[in-house]
Amino acid sequence: MSQNDDNNAYWSANMRLIKISLVIWALVSFGFGIILRPMLAGIKVGGTDLGFWFAQQGSILCFLALIFFYAWRMNTLDREHGVDEE
Amino acid sequence: MDQFTLNLLFVGASFALYIGIAIWARAGSTAEFYAAGRGVHPITNGMATAADWMSAASFISMAGLIAFTGYDNSSFLMGWTGGYVLLALLLAPYLRKFGKFTVSEFIGDRFYSPTARLVAVICLLVASITYVIGQMQGVGIAFGRFLEIDAFWGLLLGSCVVFAYAVFGGMKGVTYTQVAQYCVLITAYTIPAVFISLQLTGNPIPALGLFGEHTASGESLLVKLDQIVTDLGFKEYTAAHGSTINMVLFTLSLMIGTAGLPHVIMRFFTVPKVSDARWSAGWTLVFIALLYLTAPAVGAMARLNISDLMWPNGTNAEAVSVEQIENEPEYAWMQTWQKTGLLDWEDKNGDGKIQYYNDQNADLQAKAEANGWEGNELTKFNRDILVLANPEIANLPGWVIGLVAAGGLAAALSTAAGLLLAISSAVSHDLLKGQLTPNMSEKNELLAARLSMAAAIVVAVLLGLNPPGFAAQTVALAFGLAAASIFPALMMGIFSTRINNSGAVAGMLAGLTVTLLYIFLHKGWFFIPDTNSFTDADPLLGPIKSTSFGAIGAMVNFIVAYVVSNMTKETPQEIKDLVQSVRIPRGAGAAVDDH
Repeated sequence: MSQNDDNNAYWSANMRLIKISLVIWALVSFGFGIILRPMLAGIKVGGTDLGFWFAQQGSILCFLALIFFYAWRMNTLDREHGVDEE
Repeated sequence: MDQFTLNLLFVGASFALYIGIAIWARAGSTAEFYAAGRGVHPITNGMATAADWMSAASFISMAGLIAFTGYDNSSFLMGWTGGYVLLALLLAPYLRKFGKFTVSEFIGDRFYSPTARLVAVICLLVASITYVIGQMQGVGIAFGRFLEIDAFWGLLLGSCVVFAYAVFGGMKGVTYTQVAQYCVLITAYTIPAVFISLQLTGNPIPALGLFGEHTASGESLLVKLDQIVTDLGFKEYTAAHGSTINMVLFTLSLMIGTAGLPHVIMRFFTVPKVSDARWSAGWTLVFIALLYLTAPAVGAMARLNISDLMWPNGTNAEAVSVEQIENEPEYAWMQTWQKTGLLDWEDKNGDGKIQYYNDQNADLQAKAEANGWEGNELTKFNRDILVLANPEIANLPGWVIGLVAAGGLAAALSTAAGLLLAISSAVSHDLLKGQLTPNMSEKNELLAARLSMAAAIVVAVLLGLNPPGFAAQTVALAFGLAAASIFPALMMGIFSTRINNSGAVAGMLAGLTVTLLYIFLHKGWFFIPDTNSFTDADPLLGPIKSTSFGAIGAMVNFIVAYVVSNMTKETPQEIKDLVQSVRIPRGAGAAVDDH
């Protein structure tokens, strides 16, 4: 495989990863925290419901996990496709 | 030692520390001035970016806004953290690979157009100056409180300090002082929160205490809070009251704006490698999350404490008396804050008590009539004072109050300095050296950078005299502007080869113009009071408030850029190659300054 094909494969792997990550990003904030909150109303957390927790804390924790996961995954991809910094 | 001396001591000591570091790391060449020679470790960079990022809006203003509205202002929490996901995934690594100093340099090169660079500079200046207004508000409040003077004089004095501080060093001074500032501000935010959480819930971690049990009543803290606020005629703390569409758009505007603000993006130019840029975004969010997970607890607990102070034995017993407020030590904070003009009360019915309740609520109006109350008597409570007053409200020791004053100033100063740096580099590096006078000497460039800082402060103070909202709301407007103009251009520049020079320029101009127009229509032209045609209570477009419009502005930007690009000439091959190279980490050298 030439370096060019490899670069394309690298980029599409990156795009796939970005898409999955952004779906989770939107789900925990706009989803659980706002739009889907009424559906989660049955699940109680500390005197209120799960949606409130996601809006005030849960989403932030998920964002953190997402960024570190992405950084770790991309640094591996960089090496696999030979595009990492020497 | 009295409180005033203690405050001066803490604020003075923290200032001495920052200035000491700034002198120690004084910037020499222009490369050092802007990007600290690129030798900054991701964790150090993360901490400095966190200090840069967490401004007066996060430290002083946000918890107060959450305290008085509850769930509805969760947008601030999600928006100002979620933006880092966009930054880490969509921008930071690629801009680091590109390897220039400023955001507008990227836009100028990627869209092969000096006009695009100029438009980017304008967008950046508009967003940054709006942001500085919010910071100056916070500086004014913090100085007003700790010197016990009117907030107006606090603002004037604060602006002089910010100026002196920002011209001292460039980014390097700023990077290491910002690490120190982060340490001061996070300690100052956390310590009172831990004390208060222990008092109310017995849990030393405020973030857990928020969802824990209120020890005095044995009920969940949030259940108790809902009871108390509804009892006073206010809306339930945990329930949603606003429009869902507005909340989604507002959160989205803050997120996109975070990823489009030049002073934050600039920080990712200073890490040594592309992979470090990814980690750096994560570390930044770790340090931000330490404050953001505590903030909702601070808000909820302060609301509980204030209600309790105003009605020591509940609303069915007597309210607090004027005599108590004037004499008892736990009410001393009300008198000190009254001096700043940001808190006030009035015994309207002359019964010697101060009744605090929602006089717009029908149930409470009936109760008021039965009891002879004549309207809410806690007549003024500026949301922005809540965090600074919080340790006094909870009756914590004097040194905690001094520490919080120092922390609030650290937050406002560090961000104001970072923004001024972004403004000055935009003017001197992009505008003057990049376009108007390319042969300028390094010395003159530094001089121009400092003069533009001074000009930016003067403009911010003038506009900050009539701020368009509480500090965090003013800052939210700045985010809307950045969201509508800069972020889409950067993202399209990296993820699409089709968007060309005309498309990018048209997109940025369209996004900036519609957003600015929408804001001015609601907040007054140049924020001058009474020049607005609409209000945020009854906005032009359905439920969409001016603070939420950034997301729509960004969509306008994307659509216009796409349409115009498809109608005009395709991007040249060398630009397509440039985009390809930005996408691949390999070959990221040190940044070059080609202007």
